[in-house]
Amino acid sequence: MIEARHLSKVYKARKGDRTAVDDISFSVGEGEFFSFLGPNGAGKTTTIQMMVALLKPTKGTITIDSLDVVASPHEVRQRIGIIFQDPSLDDRLTAWENLEFHGRLYGIDAESRRTRGNFLLEVLGLADRKDDLVRTFSGGMKRRLEIARGLLHAPRLLILDEPTLGLDPHSRRSVWEHIHRVRKEVGMTVFLTTHYLEEADSSDRVAIINGGKIVAEGTPDRLKKDLSSEMLTLETNTPEKVVTYLLESYPKLSGMIRKEEEIVSFPMPSGEALSPWDLLRALPFPIREASVRRPNLDDVFIHYTGSELKGQTSEKGVRP
Amino acid sequence: MTEEKALSWSVLVGKSRPLAPPLTRDLMGIYTLWQRDVIRLWRDRIRLVGSFIQPLLFLFILGGGLSPRMGAMGVTGSGGTLGYQGFLFPGIVAMSVLFTASFAGVAIVWDREVGFLKEVLVAPLSRTAVVIGKILGGATNSVVQGSLILLLFPLFHLHPSPGRILLAFLVMILIGLTQTSVGILLGVRMTSSQGFMVLMNFVILPLFFLSGALYPLDRLPPWLAMASRADPLTYGVDLLRRALTGVHFHSMLTDLVSLGLFMGTMATLSVVLFNKTD
Repeated sequence: MIEARHLSKVYKARKGDRTAVDDISFSVGEGEFFSFLGPNGAGKTTTIQMMVALLKPTKGTITIDSLDVVASPHEVRQRIGIIFQDPSLDDRLTAWENLEFHGRLYGIDAESRRTRGNFLLEVLGLADRKDDLVRTFSGGMKRRLEIARGLLHAPRLLILDEPTLGLDPHSRRSVWEHIHRVRKEVGMTVFLTTHYLEEADSSDRVAIINGGKIVAEGTPDRLKKDLSSEMLTLETNTPEKVVTYLLESYPKLSGMIRKEEEIVSFPMPSGEALSPWDLLRALPFPIREASVRRPNLDDVFIHYTGSELKGQTSEKGVRP
Repeated sequence: MTEEKALSWSVLVGKSRPLAPPLTRDLMGIYTLWQRDVIRLWRDRIRLVGSFIQPLLFLFILGGGLSPRMGAMGVTGSGGTLGYQGFLFPGIVAMSVLFTASFAGVAIVWDREVGFLKEVLVAPLSRTAVVIGKILGGATNSVVQGSLILLLFPLFHLHPSPGRILLAFLVMILIGLTQTSVGILLGVRMTSSQGFMVLMNFVILPLFFLSGALYPLDRLPPWLAMASRADPLTYGVDLLRRALTGVHFHSMLTDLVSLGLFMGTMATLSVVLFNKTD
């Protein structure tokens, strides 16, 4: 469905060029649910803007449904439904008018606009607010209306750019229930960008993107297993000493240890016949509490994007 | 019920239908964007009433105050003398079109701010269609505003024939199209509506003051006469004044050709610039 080959986007600026997307390649199959997971500014939105022909790639190609995006932008757009990161409704129009105008811009005939529009409002729980101005809607309702609008022209590919950003937990859950329902019923391809790990966890495949590059890609399970089979979390009064000791004893852990106040967590060092119990017993420091769990995407994410990296950037931010 | 639901979902299953020809898509897009702007104007009654008040202040307070001192401003088509308020009236009709049309530019900045512009830009239609829809929408709104003022003509002892009222409409449309294009031209690259408002004041007021809406053009200092000739609104005001009162400065041909040229240039420029903007 999506084929990106050596895709790059460089923003020209007087103070020096900025590379937002740096030579990324990925492909998404028909009906697949694919996620881009990455921090803000990683290049997620820029990639999407190239997929819908709002931005021209500096290098590389991207095809959707075997159509080159640069060569036939309108044919590609006809196949895409997109939910933007920021609101994009006209709040001075009613819910129905927003759908109606969208349908006309996508060349949908009047009869289909009516049946599909009514059906989608019904499914998304907005039927009774059909003729109300969008400015009277809550954040969650606006998001649901945007989903209805994105589906109105029966796209083959649904692009969700941080679809639950700024929503309360209840609305977030409701938005996801609707997205999963649509996927189940219609079976369309979904391309998601997010920095919520639990959202990426439900997708078929995840690409972790950082600084414009894809640093890891695979099914959520695969990524977790590649990291380690077990994660160890320790609570101690002397976290610095524990970290130093761990690095000396297991050099492989370099860059994989996270320290938050008195809590130290790390994956079990691979390739050694060592049980968590052995490791704990060997520690020459008192430990208040220890737990062993399976790695989650959070661990994978931090492993690949680097907690040290984040520490540096926040320090830079503090300095005057 | 479940069967009906299943059927409805099946409507949404992607069948990449062939796109309509580009022209059909663009025309539908232009119509849709135009209709949206018109609906928004009618919803915004406060703006509609608010922009009705400013011209009244000019007509009755400025006009009423200056009128006794100004004497005859010319001879009307029917041979009577034209008072200052009657002279001012066409200028104020033009002003109300000018001010409303300039708002179309801010509308495009607003669309950008609230994100609706993105929704339009990822739709399968050309950017040229987006601009034309915006220009037509803004121009329609400004002509509606101007017409509300135009309806006051009996109060100023003016008796234009139906043909001349039609001419007045045509002029309002031309001013509306020109000024909406100017507004969009300035608004295309702007990301803040406040910044746009400040910029617009530097554009609207000189256009208005130089146009001869408030004073006759026949005894101007040379530099002012020059500047006035470069102002598209000058020709609009002149032609409106000719249509409504019979008094004029330029020839009808000069007025129409200049208006048309300005309109074409500004519309083309805004289309070109919008196509180049990311």
